[in-house]
Formats: sequence, structure tokens, C-alpha cells
Amino acid sequence: MADVVLKNIRKTYNKNSLVAVDDVSFEVEKGELFGLIGPDGAGKTSIFRVLTTLLLPDGGTASVNGFDVVKDYKNIRQHVGYMPGKFSLYQDLSVEENLNFFATVFNTTIEANYDLIKDIYVQIEPFKDRRAGKLSGGMKQKLALCCALIHRPTVLFLDEPTTGVDTVSRKEFWEMLKRLKQQGITILVSTPYMDEATLCERIALIQNGKIMSIDTPPNIIKEFPQKLYAIKAKNMSGLLNDLRTIKNVNSVNAFGEYHHITFQQEDETAPHHLLAELEAKQHFNTEIKPITPTIEDCFIKLMN
Amino acid sequence: MTNEVVIKTDKLTKRFGDFIATNEITFDVYAGEIFGFLGANGAGKTTAMKMLCGLSTPSSGNAAIAGFDIYKQSESIKKNIGYMSQKFSLYEDLTVIENINFFGGIYGMSDKQLNEKRENLIETLGLKNEAKKLVGSLPLGWKQKLAFSVAIFHEPKIVFLDEPTGGVDPVTRRQFWDLIYAASDRGITIFVTTHYMDEAEYCNRVTMMVDGVIKALDTPTKLKEQFSATTMDEVFFELARGAKRKAD
Amino acid sequence: MKQFLTFVRKEFYHVFRDPKTLLLLFGMPIAQIILFGFALTNEIKNSNIVICDYANDIASQRIIDKIEASKSFDIKKTILSHQEIEAAFKTGKVKLVIVFPTNFNNELLHLNKAQVQIIADASDPNTASTLTSYASNIIMDYQKELMKNASAPLRINTDVRMIYNPELKGATNFVPGVMALVLLLVCVLMTSVSIVKEKETGTMEILLVSPFNPILVIISKAVPYFFLSLVNLTLILVLSVTLMDMPMNGSYLLLYLASALLILTALALGLLISNSTDSQQSAMLISLMGMLMPTMLFTGFMFPLENMPMPLQYIANAIPSKWYYIIVKSVMIKGLGIASVWKELLILTGMTLFLLVVSIKKFKIRLA
Repeated sequence: MADVVLKNIRKTYNKNSLVAVDDVSFEVEKGELFGLIGPDGAGKTSIFRVLTTLLLPDGGTASVNGFDVVKDYKNIRQHVGYMPGKFSLYQDLSVEENLNFFATVFNTTIEANYDLIKDIYVQIEPFKDRRAGKLSGGMKQKLALCCALIHRPTVLFLDEPTTGVDTVSRKEFWEMLKRLKQQGITILVSTPYMDEATLCERIALIQNGKIMSIDTPPNIIKEFPQKLYAIKAKNMSGLLNDLRTIKNVNSVNAFGEYHHITFQQEDETAPHHLLAELEAKQHFNTEIKPITPTIEDCFIKLMN
Repeated sequence: MTNEVVIKTDKLTKRFGDFIATNEITFDVYAGEIFGFLGANGAGKTTAMKMLCGLSTPSSGNAAIAGFDIYKQSESIKKNIGYMSQKFSLYEDLTVIENINFFGGIYGMSDKQLNEKRENLIETLGLKNEAKKLVGSLPLGWKQKLAFSVAIFHEPKIVFLDEPTGGVDPVTRRQFWDLIYAASDRGITIFVTTHYMDEAEYCNRVTMMVDGVIKALDTPTKLKEQFSATTMDEVFFELARGAKRKAD
Repeated sequence: MKQFLTFVRKEFYHVFRDPKTLLLLFGMPIAQIILFGFALTNEIKNSNIVICDYANDIASQRIIDKIEASKSFDIKKTILSHQEIEAAFKTGKVKLVIVFPTNFNNELLHLNKAQVQIIADASDPNTASTLTSYASNIIMDYQKELMKNASAPLRINTDVRMIYNPELKGATNFVPGVMALVLLLVCVLMTSVSIVKEKETGTMEILLVSPFNPILVIISKAVPYFFLSLVNLTLILVLSVTLMDMPMNGSYLLLYLASALLILTALALGLLISNSTDSQQSAMLISLMGMLMPTMLFTGFMFPLENMPMPLQYIANAIPSKWYYIIVKSVMIKGLGIASVWKELLILTGMTLFLLVVSIKKFKIRLA
């Protein structure tokens, strides 16, 4: 049986006026690293709170480790690890005090499961007497992760663990997650960063409370319905505007160094004709090449 | 982008006791430029931005914002800039129209000007049906776009944006940058900080702060050449990796 | 100028769109005027008094009739022995006892002077003084009446005794009230804020998603405040007894027992308040506003409860500090024991248990 199962979960707020989670169903297998990808307000936190038994769903059923989230919530609360959206440890307790506290709350000791958190803890150990409130964003994250792991949970829920943290710390965090996965822990992570999607085994793209797609990242990319091209020129802002006016261009999205475009009529000559049209608009030395779509491209496509 | 310098700093420093948040930072920003200000949390970005906005007095060094001296003319600076951050943008318990009217009034616009611009703004953002709704009830993406438009409502010379697209969906993010491009085309200088490295590519020039010091300042293309990188992400990684200070 | 007006207009929007601010702005003053207006009466009406009439003759009857007719007094009993006087005061319901000596009328007629004893419960010194002067006036009235028809000057001496507080110290009124106020306010405030803080910072979420029974979370928060409040209580006692001459004639054990009950009530109230709000600021506001007014008005130390209109007196019965106040005064000032205060103690215990059960039942084991 899958470790985490959701069937038609629905969650509303404000007396049904705000539908945060709309008929969501998916499963996560044991030991999987699963990503819930979507922007703020998509419903990620609500889903996590239903799964960690902090909120009652307004419709549908869900289970973790075979236990129902409504009826068997006590069992679930014994065995899951949870890292909520914002930093929620005791700011005025030190690193060590926080860890000790949560170990005791979970009826265990730091020593009992130290092997699990060792790799992470050694990075913050030099600061073990420092008050948690005075740690940097990256270190707070690491401490929160240790506290969530201290009791060797079978399922780990991480709600936007990398939000607001710099790129370097983000990368380190995902390295830690990969190593944890090897220990057999099922990990569900939510994130608004599309580039982190490819670091997961399977992902669910969610927007406005609805799941747009669930699959492995490579499969989702394969599902992209058209050929994607990257194009760049000297005047990127002007290029963007002009591309929007050209008939054969189906979609155009800015993607940093390049713009990503798709064509209405996809044939061999489409790129050539485009370059010609662009020259007429005073864009010289433009570069165009076919590329593999990113998860972000897929997300945008699915949004429309 | 012209050659007129709208922000000029010379060894701008801010100290908090023994701690040097920003250490003699020196750079120029040109009119109409989209200037990206990157750096890890704790590198000194927010401190620098606060000084440039006239919200915090430097410990030493000089700067001129829109031609006004950072020490003696901070009030004039405030009149000529716009500001938008993730934490605060608009009043959630006021409607869209009330918010626009309020900020227009604050910037000293005449009634006629205000009415015209307001109708224009609502039209451009497609908020006609939401105009009388409380801002708190709008989705995040719309709030951010409205907040930005309000920040430049009075056509300031420079607008400071502190991580304006955090948490927003990819489509809205790009719509936001459309607004930024449009503003830049009108000659407004954009000073923006962001965590999204692809957004660094949209900037004319980018600077990276590490440990309170400016470690790099150039166009994205040249920076990538310099560090033999294909994306700004890699550039950032190279520069930030050696950082000793991560908001410690 | 225009910018200034723009700001003013915005501030009006904020005020009118926040129901809590409106409640504070308009609701509170109206409530205060009405309540204080009714509660604040200087007139003392219908005070329970007891007559000890050893004389049982024309003169004493005449005076008793006048007393009966007076709006200030309500004759509860007529007794015939001194022991019953003490018992009457112990009930706490009798404010004044008037004693007529055996040969009252005879002494007036033949000796032209007689003595009437007025004994007042001075644990509330203000009331005692007022009632004593009302009674004295009535007796003086009778004296004037007699003088009209008499040939020689008559004198009725009033021998006033203030029991429980012969020096009429004001502290006896205030200190028990302050004790109730401090214990209640501090505990309710601290408990509610402490629990809501966990909600606000997000640590509550993690605690809920753990095998730890959430009720234990609450209890663990209550424990430090419980003990600290007892320390607080000790401080107040030491200060009031040494510096303000507050008497302490009764059992410390009983006093601390009653105080412990009040503290538990306060902790339960704090828990209830924390369930209804998610921000520390709200919790503080509700704790202060919700506890300050009722405690000050209805405990009975600022305004005697007997002088309030009946509806307000009924409301006062639901306020735990009212009962605590009675117990403290009985124990500290009157030196009474459990036999005299068991009723109040029982009521207080009942309230405490009720609130504890309700607050624990209402505690949210989920976020919403």
C-alpha cells in the first residue's frame, strides 16, 4: 500500500467562499521523494496540513502509513516528521535545547537516532549554544530538519523548506534530502521553485487548488505538446514585444537569457522564416535553437 | 538607458556597532537602467537599499540619489523615488480604488491627474471588475502587480523593488516583468533585488554583494564570460560559495 | 494640506472596517457609563440589620419601628442573646446589630439617660461608618421626639463598636480586592498570551503533530504561572500585613487553598481565551478588557454589591472573584474558619471545575 494516499480531498475556508484544495487525489510510494510544485496560494500548505492531521478536510479521504487522517490522527502524529512553512522552533532556546526538547516530546533521545541527523547536525554543531533566533536562514532550516527527523519518522513532510533561503543553502538542503531518501524515509516536499522540481522523483504541479499534472519530471517534460525553441537577440525587451505580434508564434515567454517560443505551424522552415521576419524588424544577429522544455515551461503551458 | 547617473555612491558604509553591514560600496546607476542587486540573505542588500531610499543614515561615505545628497536631502530623495517590498505594499482593508487614491494623494497629485491616471491603471491591469474590492481579497499576483503600479504612480525617477516576485506563479512573474520593462522604457530607473536567477538576466547590469562588499558588477553576459558560466545561477554560486557571512 | 487630509481619510477607513476597534471605541464607553452609573451609588439601601432587644418596651419598639420604616435598613431578625450576635456577623450578611439594654424605657423616664449599643461590621469600613451614622440619626430623631414632651433634657447615648476592624483601616477593603485582581489578571493574561504565542510563532503546529498529548502542553504552561502566582500572593500578603496593617486573623492554609482555586480558575479562563484568538495582541486585549472591568465592578471591593440593582447583583454571582473576596475577608479580617466559608468555597470550587472542564474540552487539537 502506498505510504500517502489522497482521494478527492477538498478544503475550503471562510464558509466555503474560498476553495483552497479542489478535488485532489494522488499517492506517494514508500521511500519516494515527492515534490508538490506550485506558487503561493496554490493549496500546498492546506494539503500538507490535512495530511499531518492539523486540518480536517471538507471532503474526500486521506491516509498516511495506512492510518486515516481523521479517525487515526493519533497514530499518524506518532510517526511523521513535519517542518512547517515558516521557521517554527523556539527562538529563545539554543540549538541544543531545541533538539533536546523535541527529542523528549517524541519520547526519544538525540543519541538514539543521531546517525540519521549526523550529516546535517555537524554543520550547525559549532553553533549549538546559540539561540535559534540568531541563526541565519540556512542554519534555521537545518535545525528544523534535524528536529523533524529526531524520532526517525517514516514519512517526512517539508512545507516550503527552501523559501527565502539563498541559492547556495538551497542546493545544500536538497543534497541532504537525497541522502535522507537513501535511508528509506518517504519525503514530501512543497516548493514554489520550479527548478527544484527536477530534483524530485515524482512531482505534482498544482495551481489554484487543482492538480494539473502528476508524473516523473522527465515524463512531464515529454508531455509538452509542442516543439520548444530558445531565441535571443541584442534587444531582448524589444524582441519580446515583437514576437508577440508575429502570427506564427504560438507562445512566447521570457526565460532570462533566452525567450522560449513555440510555433503555430511547426515545420522545418518555421525558425528560418521567423529570423527573416525579425530582421525586417531590425533584429540582427538573433540566435534560435530547439531546446528541451523545463518544468516551468510545462507549468506555464498547463496554466493556460 | 542614457548616460545620466541617477544613483551615485562612493564608499557607502553602514556599521552597527562592531558589525559592518555594508563596507565601502561604490557604484553608479544610469537613468532608465534595470539594475539588479543580488546577494545572499545577510550579505548587506537590504541595508544598502534602505540607505539609498533615505530610510537609514549611512555611517560613512557619500551618495547622491536623483541628484540629492543622501545626508542632507533625504526628504527630497523620498519625494523622487518609489518603493515596493514583499512585506508591505498596499492596505489590505482598503479597496483598489481607495489605495490608488490614497497613494496618489500622498504624492501630491491633483484631482484631475489622479482620476485620469487611476482609470488608466485599472484598465491596464485589467482590474475593472475588482476596483471596488478590498485588496486583501485579491490573489497574490494581482496584489503585486497593483503594488508595483502604485509605487510608480507618481512617475518617480527611481523605483526600488525588494524581492517583488517572491512566491508568485510563473505567468504572473512574467507579467510583472512586462510592467517593469514598460516602466524602464518610460525612463524610470529600476533597482531590484531578487532570488530568481533568471530574473537577473532581465537586468541591464547586475551586482552581487557578498559579506557586505560588492564582489561583481557588470552585465549578465560579461559576468557569465568572466566565470565561464552558462547561467547566472552558476555565477551566483561561484561568488556566494566562499561567503563567510550568512546572516550570522 | 491635501496630503494630510488623504491620510486622515485613510485612517477613518481603517477604523470603520475593523470591528474590534469599533467595539473598543463605542462599545466600551457605553458599557462603562451604564455600569458605573448603576453601580456607583452612595446611598446604602436595605442593609441587613439585626436587633437584640433585651428591653422589649415602648421606647425600644418605637425606635425599631422607625428603623423598620427606614429605606436604609432591612430587619432580618430580632434576637435575644449576645452569642447570636456573633453568629449573625459570621454569616457575613448582617452589617449592623443594635442592642437595647433591659430597662431602656425605665432608664429614660427615671434617669433621663440610656444607652443603646450599635455594633457594626467594619470589615468594610465605609459601609460601617455610613450605616452607623444612619442608625445614630434615627436614634437622635427619637430623642428629639421625646424631648418635645419632656421637662428635662434626655440623652440617649450610642455606644458604637466597630468589630473586625476597630481602627477602620481602609486596607481591609482594598487589599483582598487587589489580591483577587492581581491573581486573576496576571494569570489570565500570562496563560492566554503564552499559549497564543505558540500558535503565532508556529511551534504549536509541531507540538500538535507529535505523540505528545496536547493537554499536557497546556498544563506545562500553567504550572510555572501557578507557582509564581502563589509567590506573588505571598508578596502581597507580606506587604499588606507589614506595611498597611492588614489583619491576618485566620488560617493561612485556608487562604492559600482559596487562592489556589482562584488561580486555577484564572488559568482555565486564560486557556479559553487562547482558544478564541490567534494573535498575542488580541489575547492581551481580551484578557485585560474582559477581566479588568468585571473584576473591578463585581468583586465588591470598589463598590459594595448590595447597593447595585438586582440584575447586576445576579451577574456578580457569576464572577469567581466575588466569592474569593468574601472568603479572603472572612478569613483575614474576621478570622473565620472553614465552617463559615464552606459555602463560598464550594461555589468557587464548582466554578473552577466547570471552567477547567469547558476549557480543556474546547482546546483545539487541530489548527481550525
